Amino acid sequence: MHLVIEPGRSAARYWRDLWRYRELLSFLAWRDIAVRYKQTAIGIIWAIIRPALTLVVFVLFRRLAGLRQDGGSDVLLVLAAVLPWQFFASAVAEASTSLIGNTSLIAKVYFPRLIIPLSSVVTALVDFVITLVILAVVMIWYRVVPDARILALPLLIAQSALLALGLGLLLGALTVKYRDFRYVVPFAIQLGLFVSPVAFETAQVPERWRMLYALNPLAGIIDGFRWALTGGAIDTRVMLSSVLMTAAAVAAGVWYFRRTERGFADAI
Amino acid sequence: MSEAILSVEKLGKRYQLTHRHDAPYTTLRDTIAAVFSAPFKRTNGRRPATVDDFWALRDVSFDIARGEVVGIIGRNGAGKSTLLKILSRITEPTAGRVTLRGRVASLLEVGTGFHPELTGRENIFLNGAILGMTRQEIRRNFDSIVGFAEVERFLDTPVKRYSSGMYVRLAFAVAAHLEPDVLIVDEVLAVGDAEFQKKSLGKMHDVSRGGRTVLFVSHNMAAINALTRRALLLDQGAIVFDGATAEAVAQYSHLAVRADAGAIAGRGTHTTIVSVAVVDAAGAPLARYQPGDPLRLAIVVDTDGSPRLSIEAFLVDAMQQKLAMASLHQFEGISLPAQAGRYRVVMEVQPGWLATGNYSFDVTTSVVNSNWDHYVDGAATLEVVASNPGRGAWDFRHDLGYGAFALPCVSPPQITAAP
Repeated sequence: MHLVIEPGRSAARYWRDLWRYRELLSFLAWRDIAVRYKQTAIGIIWAIIRPALTLVVFVLFRRLAGLRQDGGSDVLLVLAAVLPWQFFASAVAEASTSLIGNTSLIAKVYFPRLIIPLSSVVTALVDFVITLVILAVVMIWYRVVPDARILALPLLIAQSALLALGLGLLLGALTVKYRDFRYVVPFAIQLGLFVSPVAFETAQVPERWRMLYALNPLAGIIDGFRWALTGGAIDTRVMLSSVLMTAAAVAAGVWYFRRTERGFADAI
Repeated sequence: MSEAILSVEKLGKRYQLTHRHDAPYTTLRDTIAAVFSAPFKRTNGRRPATVDDFWALRDVSFDIARGEVVGIIGRNGAGKSTLLKILSRITEPTAGRVTLRGRVASLLEVGTGFHPELTGRENIFLNGAILGMTRQEIRRNFDSIVGFAEVERFLDTPVKRYSSGMYVRLAFAVAAHLEPDVLIVDEVLAVGDAEFQKKSLGKMHDVSRGGRTVLFVSHNMAAINALTRRALLLDQGAIVFDGATAEAVAQYSHLAVRADAGAIAGRGTHTTIVSVAVVDAAGAPLARYQPGDPLRLAIVVDTDGSPRLSIEAFLVDAMQQKLAMASLHQFEGISLPAQAGRYRVVMEVQPGWLATGNYSFDVTTSVVNSNWDHYVDGAATLEVVASNPGRGAWDFRHDLGYGAFALPCVSPPQITAAP
């Protein structure tokens, strides 16, 4: 093994290093999961309670606002949005603060820094998989039998993970430099819940605003979840826009992260 | 000499110091403000004038051969940590180049990434992974790590319940089982109790004898002496000496002494202390104090010629604890001459066998049995860089809490069979 350290030359074996350090990725994700529910009374159930309560609130809201569809499909419709939203929101939030939360690691040990936000996304993904229990319960309760479209679910989950990673890398790297983002991110996520089609459906957005609205990549992801779980029509233009925006987010995130990563140890 | 496993060529690292000392990071507002005010500022270059360049390292070059064990010494801020951080790929150099021909592991801190909520067992795996060990390597060394750390009974206890000694032992044990080609170690022997220090020093001995290349930073000169034959002395970001360890340590003490020259302020009613220095037999400032030697304090003092004036000197440790006192009048029966003028008073004292550490002298003039006249805190400083009356590798350090003076036996200890 032969390694040269020079200004501006860390790219050469970066991706290979990332692969070599994959065990560290799993250890960090495992650490975050193991630690999160230590010394809590009901432990992992917290992962379920949050989306469950959000579901109840939004179902009631739709009822009061008169947006409701009939019984079972309404609960499933909301749940199909709440779950990916919750995953996306917690992955982005945690990835954004992951770097400044691991200061000692960054200042004292070398490894591809991408592992840190990546492990946050993995951690959120594990929580998300646990919340799928709610989905199973709701589908059994309302006797919803999924068809072949449910096979699209893993792809949609992967897309949400990539989107969260892209934004998480960007915001995480920005937070290292500008601590302002510690306040910006939670607020933006809060707003995001209302501009994303969680309480309503993309189809309810007027046709002439639809493509503008589709710039929110979550619109496509949530529509996709609803399509996969409850059927109905899907606007392929919205979906396509979502995929393109996700790709853009990943590209921007990786680019900015790689560009600033070298200075993390000095700036943090 | 075999091929260099580590070559450093003209390495430099520049930091930009902004004049905002309250925040180490930028805020968005600053950047936005800078963008908008930039066109109105007259700057020659792209950087605003409020930024100072500071070279933490400059033009550092050296080669290290396979199997060599090299010490890196220097005062705080000399650039040691920056050098290690660059070699460990934590931070990037601004100039120059490093070529590494082997796997490098660095141990800049004991217990990096330890999580208090996780158990000892879990932390071994986590910390091992952070230090770059694979799962199999950790598993293979697991028993040995646990044995070295002596934490068998507490493996499934969260480390937050560990005593600090256990914590450090466990953390060092994981790191000590790294098996890289080049091991970079920063000051990790400065932790733990004396027993553990001895053990970890022994482990470092094994590592260095095992043909491993080791770069070893420490303020513990006894350990540097015991472990390395070559040392680099850094000062203000540059290598000022590269060669035999004994010589490097001697030069280091020169630096340590020179840095302490300071002026004395204030005056008393009858007297003014002008200067205080620790000097050698010839009267020149002492470069390096060797514990066990007599110590000479040279005090220059102005007096108005009042009778019954004395001088007291207190040996003070780094915690500002007075350890010992010398007194012109009370102990030696002498007063300052009752004639106005400037005098030089040399007091030769025998401070016993001092432990490694930083000491200083508070020096005061006094009106005998009445009051201090001109009291000077920290009038002179004294650094003991290595201490062991038996010339062993174990360093008797004051901060271990075992006292400031060794009590070496004045005749060989008698050991006879007791009935």
